[in-house]
Amino acid sequence: MLKINNLHASIEDKAILKGINLEVKAGEVHAIMGPNGSGKSTLASVIAGKEEYEVTEGSILLEGEDIEELAAEERAHKGVFLSFQYPVEIPGVSVTNFMKTAINETRKAKGLEDMPAKDMLKMIREKSELLEIDRKFLSRSLNEGFSGGEKKRNEIFQMAMLEPKLAILDETDSGLDIDALRIVANGVNKLKSKDNAVIVITHYQRLLDHIVPDFVHVLYNGKIVKSGGKELAHELEAKGYDWIKEEVNA
Amino acid sequence: MSKYTEDDLREELKTKEYEYGFYTDIESETFPVGLNEEVVIAISKKKNEPEWMTEWRLEAFKIWKEMEEPDWANVHYEKPDFQAISYYSAPNSKPKYDSIDEVDPELLATFEKLGISLDEQKKLAGVAMDVVVDSVSVATTFKKTLGEKGIIFMSISEAIKEHPELVRKHLGTVVPQKDNFYAALNSAVFSDGSFCYIPKGVRCPMELSTYFRINQAGTGQFERTLVIADEGSYVSYLEGCTAPSRDENQLHAAVVELIALDDAEIKYSTVQNWYPGNAEGKGGVFNFVTKRGLCEKNAKISWTQVETGSAVTWKYPSCVLKGDNSVGEFYSIAVTNNYQQADTGTKMIHLGKNTKSTIISKGISAGKSQNSYRGLVQVSSRAENARNFSQCDSLLMGNECGAHTFPYIEAKNKSAMIEHEATTSKIGEDQIFYCNQRGIDTEKAIALIVNGFSKEVLNKLPMEFAVEAQKLLEISLEGSVG
Repeated sequence: MLKINNLHASIEDKAILKGINLEVKAGEVHAIMGPNGSGKSTLASVIAGKEEYEVTEGSILLEGEDIEELAAEERAHKGVFLSFQYPVEIPGVSVTNFMKTAINETRKAKGLEDMPAKDMLKMIREKSELLEIDRKFLSRSLNEGFSGGEKKRNEIFQMAMLEPKLAILDETDSGLDIDALRIVANGVNKLKSKDNAVIVITHYQRLLDHIVPDFVHVLYNGKIVKSGGKELAHELEAKGYDWIKEEVNA
Repeated sequence: MSKYTEDDLREELKTKEYEYGFYTDIESETFPVGLNEEVVIAISKKKNEPEWMTEWRLEAFKIWKEMEEPDWANVHYEKPDFQAISYYSAPNSKPKYDSIDEVDPELLATFEKLGISLDEQKKLAGVAMDVVVDSVSVATTFKKTLGEKGIIFMSISEAIKEHPELVRKHLGTVVPQKDNFYAALNSAVFSDGSFCYIPKGVRCPMELSTYFRINQAGTGQFERTLVIADEGSYVSYLEGCTAPSRDENQLHAAVVELIALDDAEIKYSTVQNWYPGNAEGKGGVFNFVTKRGLCEKNAKISWTQVETGSAVTWKYPSCVLKGDNSVGEFYSIAVTNNYQQADTGTKMIHLGKNTKSTIISKGISAGKSQNSYRGLVQVSSRAENARNFSQCDSLLMGNECGAHTFPYIEAKNKSAMIEHEATTSKIGEDQIFYCNQRGIDTEKAIALIVNGFSKEVLNKLPMEFAVEAQKLLEISLEGSVG
């Protein structure tokens, strides 16, 4: 699904990613953990194609295709989805209208007609039930006045609507209380299949109790310094990151 | 990864020519340039006007000669040479046509290019149209349907002849000849425009629509519109504008008067898309317009405007809330791009008791443009319990444009309640990236954000117009992001 080779990226000439290697296969869940400032969110943004970041070396392959030259929307059309750590507000644009536009733009890119309104409504109904979302919520302006939990749930709702191949969840657990965390995690679990893959970026173990990863990677100073199974997350939870830093710096 | 920078966008924007920038070859009868008493008399004569009308024009001309062009607005331009303008231009194929087949095919092609259809579809959509090309009305449809209800909808020239009592009684009562420089000029030389009268208690069954456009090089256009809603009646009136591109600046100075008698309601909507000049700010229409409505007891006037065109716009659709319990509303979207300048807003004059007004203004600036909101809320000493709510929002794109808000409030009655809210925001790269990530490209993302920003006003437009207006917003802002 996703293959990252020796990826280096910088912003305003400051190197953030310094040689990332990562392979994610269909059906897998990968967790990326690490202390603040280690480059986790940068990795997510670079995969999604945010223009401020410059890839200086290495490659990103999605299903064997190098996507580095593609614009963010083209990557989205190919099935890359990023659940934002800080979803932005777009006043006056309802969640429904936003999703309708996103879905139809993606269909247009694939040479398909707009989705008939009937199908769209049916899909909205199904997905909102799946994620226990009150449909009144969907006519509100995108993220405007949403609580932290509502914003994250809305991100997962969008993921459900867009049915991506590769979903990257950037700190989806931040700002969630335990009930919201459960709902969001359940949603992600329901959307998981053997044909798609999920990358979960998080500081904490608690989300990983609900979304169980197949692999855990520790990112530190722009590199993956340790990889392991889900037990690595428990170890990090118990011991913190200092021992990793010491290991790397030794 | 290829970077799509602001420079690329700017470059792309420059190459977007004005969509309706073509010129039709219709034989026109045009007066030589210049303005004096003889020209005013000649215009009146050309239109076979009664003597009182000629006198009224001459009076206005006398007033105008003594006036000076105002310069208080936040706009900068080279003042037009009023002696270098021709004040009358009419298509030759007069008189009016009984059927569409008789209309000059060139003209019909022009309409087609503008997306104006005069056919039965409009009837199905419930729109009657009075099309004004270069100042003379060439086709009026559905007059008969309207006639059955006693509704008069015709060009003002016809109305002067056929309903002189109505015109004479109301013309200039809301916008007097001496009101301002451009209103005085318009009063002297207006060539044509629309007239509409809704009888007592009648609810106009369809949206009344007029399209104005400027066709001939170097001709100023001076429309005069008069809408009278008699007691307890209702009308929704639409006006839309497009103009072919021209190198020299074209002057447009219209006057619109609305009169809502007791318990009547007038909804006036307009979409203006005149040539804004090219990317260097050359050419473009000067739009100096006076629009005002008078509300009698329990009456309501609502102005909705979408302004995307013109090089310079100077326009303040206003309401005089004379009657007790009358209501005035102003909903506006003003878009400026490149070197466009707009100084627009409203005046709400509260004279009666329990009068209410609402102002929602959305200004969108891109390129090197300047966009100003200027509004006056005035409460007179006898206007007990007057209420006003104003909201002015500005959206900026890029770092070279400007948004300005000039609210004036004059309250002479202690019971007045006036609220004013203002916000300024910028389309952020984060918003664009968020949309991109969901598969929405930058152009579409801007359109989405702008439509969201303008929604409160777009929602006030009649359905058919709202779609057009949305498209227009997209065209006007294509490729402008910071």
